[in-house]
Amino acid sequence: MKRLKNFLFLLAAVPVIAFASEAGPQLDKAPVNLSDQESLQRGARMFVNYCLNCHSAGAMRYSRMQDLGLTEDQIKDNLMFAAEKPGELMKVGMTKADAKAWFGATPPDLSVVARSRGADWLYTYLRGFYRDDSRATGWNNTVFDKVGMPHVLWSLQGEQIAHFKTSVDHEGKETHVFDRFELVKPGSVTLAEYDAMVGDLVNYLTWMGEPAQLQRKQLGLIVLAFLAIFFVVAYYLKKEFWKDIH
Amino acid sequence: MSALQKVMGWVDDRFPLTATYKAHLSEYYAPKNFNFWYFFGSLALLVLVLQIVTGIFLTMNYKPDSELAFASVEYIMRDVDWGWLIRYMHSTGASMFFVVVYLHMFRGLMYGSYRKPRELIWIFGVLIYLALMAEAFLGYLLPWGQMSFWGAQVIVNLFAAVPFIGDDLSIWIRGDYVISDATLNRFFAFHVIALPLVLIALVAVHLVALHEVGSNNPDGVEIKKKKDPVTHIPLDGIPFHPYYTVKDIVGVIVFLMVFSAIVFFGPEMGGYFLEANNFIPADPLKTPPHIAPLWYFTPFYAILRAVPPMFGSQFPGVVAMGASIVVMFFLPWLDRGKVKSIRYRGPIYKIMLALFIVSFVGLGYLGLLPSTPVATLVAQVFSVIYFLFFLLMPWYTSIDKTKPEPERVTG
Repeated sequence: MKRLKNFLFLLAAVPVIAFASEAGPQLDKAPVNLSDQESLQRGARMFVNYCLNCHSAGAMRYSRMQDLGLTEDQIKDNLMFAAEKPGELMKVGMTKADAKAWFGATPPDLSVVARSRGADWLYTYLRGFYRDDSRATGWNNTVFDKVGMPHVLWSLQGEQIAHFKTSVDHEGKETHVFDRFELVKPGSVTLAEYDAMVGDLVNYLTWMGEPAQLQRKQLGLIVLAFLAIFFVVAYYLKKEFWKDIH
Repeated sequence: MSALQKVMGWVDDRFPLTATYKAHLSEYYAPKNFNFWYFFGSLALLVLVLQIVTGIFLTMNYKPDSELAFASVEYIMRDVDWGWLIRYMHSTGASMFFVVVYLHMFRGLMYGSYRKPRELIWIFGVLIYLALMAEAFLGYLLPWGQMSFWGAQVIVNLFAAVPFIGDDLSIWIRGDYVISDATLNRFFAFHVIALPLVLIALVAVHLVALHEVGSNNPDGVEIKKKKDPVTHIPLDGIPFHPYYTVKDIVGVIVFLMVFSAIVFFGPEMGGYFLEANNFIPADPLKTPPHIAPLWYFTPFYAILRAVPPMFGSQFPGVVAMGASIVVMFFLPWLDRGKVKSIRYRGPIYKIMLALFIVSFVGLGYLGLLPSTPVATLVAQVFSVIYFLFFLLMPWYTSIDKTKPEPERVTG
């Protein structure tokens, strides 16, 4: 039994150690709350207004936003600019070749971006644009250095510059690390409001990465409850059968 | 004679239905002292069935085409009724298959289940394990994400390290100079039909061989040596059905609870069952910064990387990796111990087995990480222990101080 415990402990420890060893830019915790339907609706509006011009979400149908408590008419009237029918996928008009010529890289499809990048990355990235005159777009990003995407939300956030500091690591190597932002030109909303808006958008992107996830967790509780009852029945059945085995 | 008996009689005259039922279930006598570790054989069979059934339903909507594959998986996740559940069951099933099989193999090591007269059961088992690895590798290309593509690229390139014929061999496997639509199509064909057939056939012979000689048990003693003089039933044997069927149902439910907890609450399993990078469509022009195989291959991947290239060739590493699996086939003849079960083995075997498990898990962990000089050194130490466990076995099992085996099983 002790051997078994040690063995299981080792197995359990593997992911913990693997996580601890990961390094990268410091990410802020995204305020993801998939049960906040209003936040998801605000995020959906942000998404179709600001993202869905260059980025597609080719796996996502407009009509699926009914899961967010919207009616088909609300979706048609407020959220569909580039599609005729709610059953259509969220595609964009821009061709891949044009996009590549204009931005240097094709803007990636965002259907499952929250699953590949993670919510915290997106939340930090969308708040991490700063002015950089050496870049063609005039913008750079603390999370994604030399990013091809300009700061689409600049009119909201305003313009910020980044201050860097030089830090020396234990091997004596000097590295240039991000220190803090300074807002040089305010946008149309306060920074706190901007963070909340980005939070809504990331919340929406997280939902869009897997629209079935709320249903999944609900069903999971029912399945586990069923198995728990089944376990009790099966356990006593086994006991009954085995009582004459010594 | 009832109607049912008449029907059964009619069938039995033409097909050995009752005889088969008796031979494999109601009159197959298994030792009465199976413990926790004996759940994993039936669980492996359960997962095989789950994979086949969910696989059939996935195939109905999946498109094995490099232009459509990634989107078709998302289509299954969003637009197919219960598609997300079927897909998560299949992806979780793949990893859980290995969890169950590793525990099943560990049981065999502990209780000497590979020893005479069960050598063929063990060999069929290792062949199942090999087929399972091939099946998992082929299936992992199908979602056509970045990790699918680059993982396949790395593994197929291993074949390119074979001297003289390597380049031609890897092109022959891929059907192209790089992983491409042609590769995806053939991997799909192998994944959904060729290897499942091989797996089912191997599982069948694994079970036939098992039922021929009878199951081992935690004491490692042969229950067939002590039979009831009248009935000729082993004194320590109980019919598989109903005793072990009702017991295995309990095991199945506990397993399904773990399985469901993963499927419904964490199907990505922190990136170990579904990797974040595999949610990016395959891009032959963009190499990911860190390519690691899925967790169940990492022990062998670590052995591969632990061997330095010689004469500018990775081939020695590939040979070491192949040898680490091939050596398992010889296990029944490497073990010279007087007893089978760890319960009566001496301290040397126990220490060697513990070292082996630590090395195997350690290699698995190191295989997940980018290679660094320290990690490579540790992997080399673990690799040496891995091989010494097998290669020194004839020596250390024969000098080990064993305890006497009991006459009968001990409950």
